[in-house]
Amino acid sequence: MNANETLIKVEGLQKYYNGGEIKALDGINTEIKKGEVVVVIGPSGSGKSTFLRCLNLLEVPTGGSIFFEDTDITDDKTDINIHRQKMGMVFQHFNLFPHMTILKNMTIAPMKLLKKSEAEATEKAMQLLRRVGLEDRANAYPSQLSGGQKQRIAIVRALCMEPEVMLFDEPTSALDPEMVGEVLEVMKQLAHDNMTMVVVTHEMGFAKEVGTRVMFMADGKQVEEGSPNEIFDHPKSDRLQQFLAKVI
Amino acid sequence: MSLKEKFIFNFIEQDRWKYLWEGLGATLKVTFFALVVGVIIGVVIAIIRSTYDKNGKDMKGFSKIILSILNAICRVYLTVIRGTPVVVQLMIMYYVVMVSSTNKILVATLAFGMNSGAYVAEIFRSGIMSIDNGQFEAGRSLGFNYVQTMQYIIIPQAFKNVLPTLANEFIVLLKETSVSGYVALHDLTKGGDIIRSRTYDAFMPLIGVAIIYLAMVMFFTYLVSILERRLRNSER
Repeated sequence: MNANETLIKVEGLQKYYNGGEIKALDGINTEIKKGEVVVVIGPSGSGKSTFLRCLNLLEVPTGGSIFFEDTDITDDKTDINIHRQKMGMVFQHFNLFPHMTILKNMTIAPMKLLKKSEAEATEKAMQLLRRVGLEDRANAYPSQLSGGQKQRIAIVRALCMEPEVMLFDEPTSALDPEMVGEVLEVMKQLAHDNMTMVVVTHEMGFAKEVGTRVMFMADGKQVEEGSPNEIFDHPKSDRLQQFLAKVI
Repeated sequence: MSLKEKFIFNFIEQDRWKYLWEGLGATLKVTFFALVVGVIIGVVIAIIRSTYDKNGKDMKGFSKIILSILNAICRVYLTVIRGTPVVVQLMIMYYVVMVSSTNKILVATLAFGMNSGAYVAEIFRSGIMSIDNGQFEAGRSLGFNYVQTMQYIIIPQAFKNVLPTLANEFIVLLKETSVSGYVALHDLTKGGDIIRSRTYDAFMPLIGVAIIYLAMVMFFTYLVSILERRLRNSER
């Protein structure tokens, strides 16, 4: 795949609740290219998490289409499980499997889904654990880890599936302040390695520094989109100016 | 007669202890196999019911119809089983449903298994519903399908959570099988009954049977407490 090739294309994405009474997403159009780091910002309730969760169909959209590598994944005939294997997801609350060791958390999906041997999966997992400096915790259980460690594990667990894109749903919002840095560091590293990323976050510093494109959402609509420079230093819409005045 | 003489008269003479011994074997067989049947029925019902509770609204078309029907069947099953006495169910199984079968152990196993299944189903359902939805989403986001997510992620955690309650159900079941005598199955209670009919002494055989049940229950309770402690240690 070329660097400029579109990985995800979103057309007229809608998500309604209560039969249209609440419009969580009201016609989102965007394209995510390979290697891009798209940071989605916006006030709470703006639909940014819903947007992200629609991308791998954890939320089923009410209308519109999502194309992943040219396949319409909103089509009922598409086997979403195959495509989800290529879309890693990191959650606000980590969602590690508490009944498995760290190593097992990381190897179960590659072994069961990619049919990797235990040795192969373990080697890959250990290599990733070394990258985030947690190789000594391989046999610990999630409850024995700090929040920051859990989130780093959650990131490398998703990476074990060798995804094409990583989706981050407010990955640092549930962390103590002193642990935010270690998680952002891992994400920066990932971006540096040209991983395609979609990140919903309140970390404006991260958006500025790492984002290749920033999308500002409010009331279920994408209000403004552009480079970090355009969004943070030259905001056009009133809505964005108000938002930035509050958060920065 | 002194207690000692009574004991010898009721249990030792003519090897009457064998009635209890054989009855104990039947009681344990029925309890064990009924538990297996109950857990299988219970898990299946729990999965159907929790799937319906969680996803029923979002599903559409054919699969929704199938799931609705299955859910309705499960609810009727739960209502009927939990709404009628186990003795009546046992007799219906023996005298009506499996009237041609001579294998009383099998009949009792099925009757108690089906009964227990209804209770186990609700135990498991509460276990499944108690698992945070984030676990489910994490499994699905890795690419596991619904069944795999249940199998590898949800059920193992739910099972761990309900194990103490499940063990309690096992203890209840063990004691419930004492009504097996209604279909002339020679279980532990019936064994004591037979001795009573031979010796015309009620005290010794009944107290003896009660002590054996009590000892078994205390033993299982002890095992469960060890199990609970071990489960807690592995988690946190």
